[in-house]
Amino acid sequence: MPSFLFWLFAVLMLAGGVAVVAFRNPVSSAMSVVASFVGLAALFVGLSAFFVGIIQILVYTGAVMVLFLFIIMLLDLKDEQKRAPKLAPVAAGFALVIAFVIQLVGVLAKMPATTAPKLDQAALASAAGGFNEGGKIATALTAGRLPDVQLIGHTLFTQYNLPLQILGVLLLVATVGVVVLSKKHAD
Amino acid sequence: MNLAWILLFLPLVVAAVNQLVLRKNPLVPWVSTGSALATLVISFLLLGKEGTTGFNWATIGDFSLQIGITLDSLSTGMMIVVTGIGTLVHVFSLGYMADDEAKSRYFTGLSLFMFSMTGIVLSSNFAMTFIFWELVGVSSYLLIGHWYQKDSAADAAKKAFITNRIGDFGFMVGILLVWSITGTLAFGEMAIPETVSQGMITAAILCIFCGAVGKSAQVPLHVWLPDAMEGPTPVSALIHAATMVAAGVYMLFRVQVSLGADVFDGTAGNVIAWIGGITSLMAALMATQQDDIKRVLAYSTLSQLGYMVMAVGLGGGEAGMFHLFTHAWFKALLFLGSGAVIHACHHEQDIWKMGGLLRKMPITGFTFLIGTAALIAVPFVTSGFYSKEEILAAAFGKNKFLFGIAVFVAFLTTFYMTRAFVVAFLGKPRDHGSEHAHEVGPLMFVPLVILAAMAIGSAWLTGPLSAMRPVHEHGHAEGHAIILGASIASLVLGLLAGFALYKGKDKNPVSIPLFRNRFYIDAIYDNYLVRYFQNVLAAIVHFFDELFINGLMVGGLSRAAATTGNLFRRVQSGSLQGYAFAFGLGVVLVIYFTVFH
Amino acid sequence: MATLNDYLLVSGLLFAIGLAGVVLRRNIIVVFMCLELMLSAANLSLVAFSRFHPVNGLPDYNGQMLVFFVITVAAAEVAVGLAIIVALYRARQTIHTDELTSLQG
Repeated sequence: MPSFLFWLFAVLMLAGGVAVVAFRNPVSSAMSVVASFVGLAALFVGLSAFFVGIIQILVYTGAVMVLFLFIIMLLDLKDEQKRAPKLAPVAAGFALVIAFVIQLVGVLAKMPATTAPKLDQAALASAAGGFNEGGKIATALTAGRLPDVQLIGHTLFTQYNLPLQILGVLLLVATVGVVVLSKKHAD
Repeated sequence: MNLAWILLFLPLVVAAVNQLVLRKNPLVPWVSTGSALATLVISFLLLGKEGTTGFNWATIGDFSLQIGITLDSLSTGMMIVVTGIGTLVHVFSLGYMADDEAKSRYFTGLSLFMFSMTGIVLSSNFAMTFIFWELVGVSSYLLIGHWYQKDSAADAAKKAFITNRIGDFGFMVGILLVWSITGTLAFGEMAIPETVSQGMITAAILCIFCGAVGKSAQVPLHVWLPDAMEGPTPVSALIHAATMVAAGVYMLFRVQVSLGADVFDGTAGNVIAWIGGITSLMAALMATQQDDIKRVLAYSTLSQLGYMVMAVGLGGGEAGMFHLFTHAWFKALLFLGSGAVIHACHHEQDIWKMGGLLRKMPITGFTFLIGTAALIAVPFVTSGFYSKEEILAAAFGKNKFLFGIAVFVAFLTTFYMTRAFVVAFLGKPRDHGSEHAHEVGPLMFVPLVILAAMAIGSAWLTGPLSAMRPVHEHGHAEGHAIILGASIASLVLGLLAGFALYKGKDKNPVSIPLFRNRFYIDAIYDNYLVRYFQNVLAAIVHFFDELFINGLMVGGLSRAAATTGNLFRRVQSGSLQGYAFAFGLGVVLVIYFTVFH
Repeated sequence: MATLNDYLLVSGLLFAIGLAGVVLRRNIIVVFMCLELMLSAANLSLVAFSRFHPVNGLPDYNGQMLVFFVITVAAAEVAVGLAIIVALYRARQTIHTDELTSLQG
């Protein structure tokens, strides 16, 4: 990904994040999260993780954030009332974040800068040997394309089958839990 | 030797079984009495045996404390006294305490006492003596306070115990001094090295004597013994007349035998003899004005103990032991007799409310008369006469002034015993209690009869008990006549005075407040010594307790816990952001320590 | 070309922003959103590592699997969390964290 696009979407994402924290109205915050996640999805795509980028949009911005907005509307929340800001907690929060960022920069400063390995035709074609010849993946790889979705599916249903099943059960449990929680007590 | 161990531990086992297994079972009195009888039999079997045995009880470095048994003529003879009177007292108690609700406790206490007393008598070393010395103190405390519901009994028990503790402190110091001088605690191995100064030895002897002052109730620690009469009368007979109070004399004599009689020459012996003499004089004077029959006997006991101590102090330990031996029987007899009287008169103890009891209770009356005769030393027929003669002889040989005191005390003894007998047993009943009195049952009068026989005969029974009977020195033949004369004169004068003053009287004709109020010694102790001492001590203890124990230790710990808890309570603010902040801080710190540190 | 460090920096900054939101905001829904931001920040670094450390010439799909699972679990978590918030609001009539201090010791 060209640096220009990277920085564009990175700034979009970070600005969205800052806006989430800064906006007083939860609806504005939620919209900022959407903006931030769009930037994030673009970064995913830039990292050739097309599938993850797409479900980031679909699941997060599409489902989760809509759910958030729905709840905000449901609860009919007012703006956060202006209160005399307590200086000590705010200062402590900022100090913590700044300490974290300093540490982050400190760590990254020691790391050598690595650039992404190229995913050109030669590289992809050489990876095709590990897959069924004549299969979709192998064909795509030989053709110099990255069959991202197929690779994800392949990994998921070969190496991660059991966790996938468990994940399904988890989602079921969550669904049941949500129903139980939301139910008004009939007593 | 195994018999000796059985003799020592049987009463303890019985006490433990009584207390822990049988508890309120009606068998308890019989078990205790049976064990007393068994120990009496064993004591007879052990007569004449000699030897020492023991085991190391605690070893500290190269020093070890022994539990050991010494058998010699002294200890086996003393065991006859202890177990013999003990058995009779047990039997008497079966009748006397028949209606008592807590007789299990009472008999358990008696068994415990028998164990402790046996321990003192058989002990082969000072450490063991001291242990059992304290044990008799405890059992005496338990038995005096048997009727603890009565304040006076509870107070008397405390008084006895605390007063004894004062003497025991000196005793302990004395034991340590003896140890430092001789390097051993075993009676059989003591020898005083040449290099030790006379003052050191004197100090050691006098400190040990402190123990005897406490236990044998010598001036100035005599105050507990009259009060100890709050206990059941058989207890008074066994513990506070015949055996435990004699332990001091026994122990002094043990020391005298172990260290040699010559260490009692000089200051130590003089102090002991004078304290004995003063005790016997003061106690006899106080006895002349007591109305409570048991108190008369209690002061009489004090007085006779004073005799014995005086004899030991004068180097005539054998005479003292001999008197101890005879006195034990007839004083036990007198106490049990008074117990029978008290029992018959529905727990009336004032002699001025008795009277005419000789006709109502002939057996008790005559045995009491025999006991009295022995105590006042009727010549030639009673055992008390012979032992008293020995003491008078010892005093005559060493110190004429003390001899004078002893003769005067003999006169007083005759006087107050005549008074007690005349008032209580002759004349007319002065109270409906004594009017309706009748003879006690066989469980109570059989021991009286046996003791009466011993009161007369014990002086001749000393064949196997050689240590009890001094080898008679025919050194002062002309002194012998003087002693005999003085003794008989004091007897006659005492009888005459007693009869003249009290015959046919219904009220106390003479009142001497000084004697009646025991020279005000108890009052002085209570009002000055105890109060001030107690107050100062209490203030110190209170201060210590409040500041250190309560303030720093207990309170400090709890306050520290509360403070820490409050500190940590702050952390539990309930604020979500607070928790998140703490969590983030933790993460930052983890990063810091893993990556940067 | 953007290096791995750039991605990690951006990811770390997003995480820090999320953390700041969690610590500073008082509205529990916003706090929840900030938590989602932090999760996504972690996802970003996972995908970046997956891309920059290839296996057999392909991105390391194990990393993307993890992201996939995180997103799924996060969705379930959001559903349950929001249900809890709704129940909480019903019970307490507030979602302001300053007023939700019944855990106070």
